Amino acid sequence: MSDHEYTPKSKVGKWFNDRLPLLTLANHLTDYPTPKNLNYWWTFGGILTFCLITQIITGIILGMHYVAHADLAFQSVEHIMRDVNYGWLIRYVHANGASMFFLAVYIHIFRSLYYGSYKSPREVIWIIGMLIYFLMMATAFMGYVLPWGQMSFWGATVITNLFSAIPLVGDSITTWLWGGYSVDNPTLTRFFSLHYLFPFLILGLVVLHIWALHVPGNNNPIGIDIKKPSKDTVPFHPYIVIKDLFALLIFLIIFAFFVFFSPNILGHADNYIEANPLVTPAHIVPEWYLLPFYAILRSVPDKLLGVIAMFAAIFVLVILPWLDTSKVRSTVFRPIYKQFYWFLVADVLILGYVGAMPAEGLYLLIARVATAYYFAHFLIILPFLGMKEKTTPLPLSITEPVLGGSADMAMAKNNSDYKEKL
Amino acid sequence: MKNFFKLITFFTLISSLIFSNVNAAGEKQELLKVDWSFKSFFGKFDRASLQRGYQVYSEVCASCHSLKHLSYRNLAEKGGPEFTELEAKAIASNFEVTDGPNSDGEMFERPAKLSDKFVMPYANVQEAIAANGGAYPPDMSVLVKARGGGANYIYSVLMGYEDPPAGMELDDGVYYNKYMYGNKIKMASPLDDDIVEYADGTKATVDQMAKDVTTFLQWTAEPHLETRHKMGFRVIIYLTVLTILVYFSMKKIWSRIETKV
Repeated sequence: MSDHEYTPKSKVGKWFNDRLPLLTLANHLTDYPTPKNLNYWWTFGGILTFCLITQIITGIILGMHYVAHADLAFQSVEHIMRDVNYGWLIRYVHANGASMFFLAVYIHIFRSLYYGSYKSPREVIWIIGMLIYFLMMATAFMGYVLPWGQMSFWGATVITNLFSAIPLVGDSITTWLWGGYSVDNPTLTRFFSLHYLFPFLILGLVVLHIWALHVPGNNNPIGIDIKKPSKDTVPFHPYIVIKDLFALLIFLIIFAFFVFFSPNILGHADNYIEANPLVTPAHIVPEWYLLPFYAILRSVPDKLLGVIAMFAAIFVLVILPWLDTSKVRSTVFRPIYKQFYWFLVADVLILGYVGAMPAEGLYLLIARVATAYYFAHFLIILPFLGMKEKTTPLPLSITEPVLGGSADMAMAKNNSDYKEKL
Repeated sequence: MKNFFKLITFFTLISSLIFSNVNAAGEKQELLKVDWSFKSFFGKFDRASLQRGYQVYSEVCASCHSLKHLSYRNLAEKGGPEFTELEAKAIASNFEVTDGPNSDGEMFERPAKLSDKFVMPYANVQEAIAANGGAYPPDMSVLVKARGGGANYIYSVLMGYEDPPAGMELDDGVYYNKYMYGNKIKMASPLDDDIVEYADGTKATVDQMAKDVTTFLQWTAEPHLETRHKMGFRVIIYLTVLTILVYFSMKKIWSRIETKV
């Protein structure tokens, strides 16, 4: 991995490193040449690692006090909130941590979309990332079921019922998922078991994600290939470490506001009502981070096709590296794509909004248009745009100015040539 | 730094979207707003109001509504009504609980202790439903958190009893409430002026009782609210100072190379 051989200075270190090269790994991570023009959107990788670790630690503690039983789960959560020392803090960090985790992952994904980080040679990083995102959604969904409130129960009922749309074997699969003929205690216990397992799968994938990143190295706001190490790069430590730390602290301040001053704003009030199979809530809505997909699901009149559309919405992301035919990575040099990019951001936000609204009348119409546009963006606009779009000239390196501009973002934008094209 | 401002703008946009979402999903009827002492960053409970609220709960609500997640000891704990331990013991001893089995293998009745959970008015949900015309009086432990609008909603429902609008037929045992979902409620207006007699001499108007009992229920739902606010304030001060220090360290480190950060 490293470009130069590393030998530990101490004798013990050398002895150990010859047998297990952990120190070589540590040295690689410290020296890892990173493009020096990375902006703050690049700090979310570190923030996400922090989120995962926080969720795992708080989750393990919650698991010590939580009881996965249909009759006791709600009560055990209240026990955590009232009687466990700082249990309220741990649970609020865990619950809001999930939201913060998704906020960060969405920023991370949209950063990748903006700067073309999914393109060759980084396709594998992207696909592993999508797997992580998919597992995150599954984990978060199962975690939301555990308090066994009304939204837990009915959310689980709605989502697991989706599988019954599969022809022939659908009902058998649903029964198998439930461990019975409805969402009940067996469903809760298996969700708890899987909710405990998945974060460790995610952790494993994160290691692969970072490993795959360290092969080609980071993309950068200019999106051009750079020589490593060179004038264009800085060692990861201390430059990127301190910058990531600064961004993480800003993130933590926002996180703290949620945890300490509005810990329940992102959840649904109904989840403080104990699950009752006989009473259906007026509106069943998932957590905010799943709303765009929920909107896509409901916008298709047929159940099976709705489910297919929802999964397809994730799948188009997986094959994105081959749908986007443009060789230019960064949106900075793609004036037309830039506009479509912001349309897509607006489209996803609209989908999220209508996902929270009842699926009727104008909301349903908007959801359908937005769903159609979502797929059109990936399946029609991206392939054709890549072939037709006239991109602006790329700089040769981050430090060496080209055509009167430099790779520094602000300067690149001042580039007269670039301005004309806009 | 420019990017940094972009980031902040982005966060603001996202959070405003989330907040507007929450509001949009709320009730159509504008709730009554009260300037609660427990809101805001330094929000604390009004101790006297909590004690009066407990009195309203125990004399009015408790005949139908349980508080099953609370223990009598909570009444004497810091951040709550803060009754003295003796007072809390006296309150507990008014209730009978079943304990056992004793050495003869028999269950027995004894007065409740501080460590006991609040005694419930009905033995089970079915009995509660049967005794209340088919409607289950919900457990009140986390009621404030279980309703969109929170404390304002509870207060509004207590204040929202009115004559039904002309043309609206109500069945026996169903009452009109301006703020209730669907406007129909099976609980008769629980509060009347001077239905309780406050020990501290406060006049027991419906408005006063509604505020007191709502404050009390906010505490039962969030018993650690005061600790949370206090700790939150410290955490944010700490993080802010640390962020400033890290910011200048970052500037210093990055000044070694010719790139802005």
